[in-house]
Amino acid sequence: MSVVTPAPPITPPLPEPAATPAVEAPTRADELLIILESGDLERTWGTLILATSAAASGLKVSIFLTFWGFYPLVRPGVRITGHNWMQKMLSVMNRPGIDHLRMSRLNFLGMGPWMARHLARQQGVALPGELLDIARAMGVRLIPCQMTMDMFGLSREDLIDGLDEPAGAATVLEKIASGVPALFI
Amino acid sequence: MTLQTMHRVDARGLACPMPIVRTAQAITSIPSGELLEVLATDAGSTKDFVAWSRTTGHQLVEQSVEDGVYRFVLRRK
Repeated sequence: MSVVTPAPPITPPLPEPAATPAVEAPTRADELLIILESGDLERTWGTLILATSAAASGLKVSIFLTFWGFYPLVRPGVRITGHNWMQKMLSVMNRPGIDHLRMSRLNFLGMGPWMARHLARQQGVALPGELLDIARAMGVRLIPCQMTMDMFGLSREDLIDGLDEPAGAATVLEKIASGVPALFI
Repeated sequence: MTLQTMHRVDARGLACPMPIVRTAQAITSIPSGELLEVLATDAGSTKDFVAWSRTTGHQLVEQSVEDGVYRFVLRRK
């Protein structure tokens, strides 16, 4: 009668797992930053739909408005802005204000935006001006770009109410560096 | 079963994002634990309210559709 001894294990037993894994659980974002650089109707509209949806979903939303994305902040009724002839000419060529945005393609002298607004009305889609008011009412922070104000010759009196203090790129970069999801539109 | 609710948002005829915007504004005006009924005709709202409920933590307790009108019942967290 032979005694069978169990073979020793080929691989050594695995070490006990560490008490606490080093991997952190993914954190949920509670903030959203949108950098609006385009002043086109379709991009501004999309930005405002996203911003109001995010605010409705409980996110703290900031929009940094810079370059051509700045014109929607100009108060309705303010037609020509700027201090010198070139700044004034620029505002004539790009009529400021949320109600006068142009489409990047197929603008057709305002026919495109007119049709888009008409269809939006028919289908119950809120217009950019309405969404901008809703965004402000919901606490969406609108941060004007100081550099754009200087370049276009805009003063605080030209702009709508309820804006944050004008700021620069470092202000938005601080948010991005701290992990706030950011969209550049 | 149809839950009876005291608070209602009528978002019929409104497109994205207005149904959830109106709902978000309304739900803060009711006490925690109470029910809010939302009526909408936006077909995208069937997915949007499920997502919105997960993001915000307000519980979606009932969801139905009748004659093209979507009905959602939410409980404020």
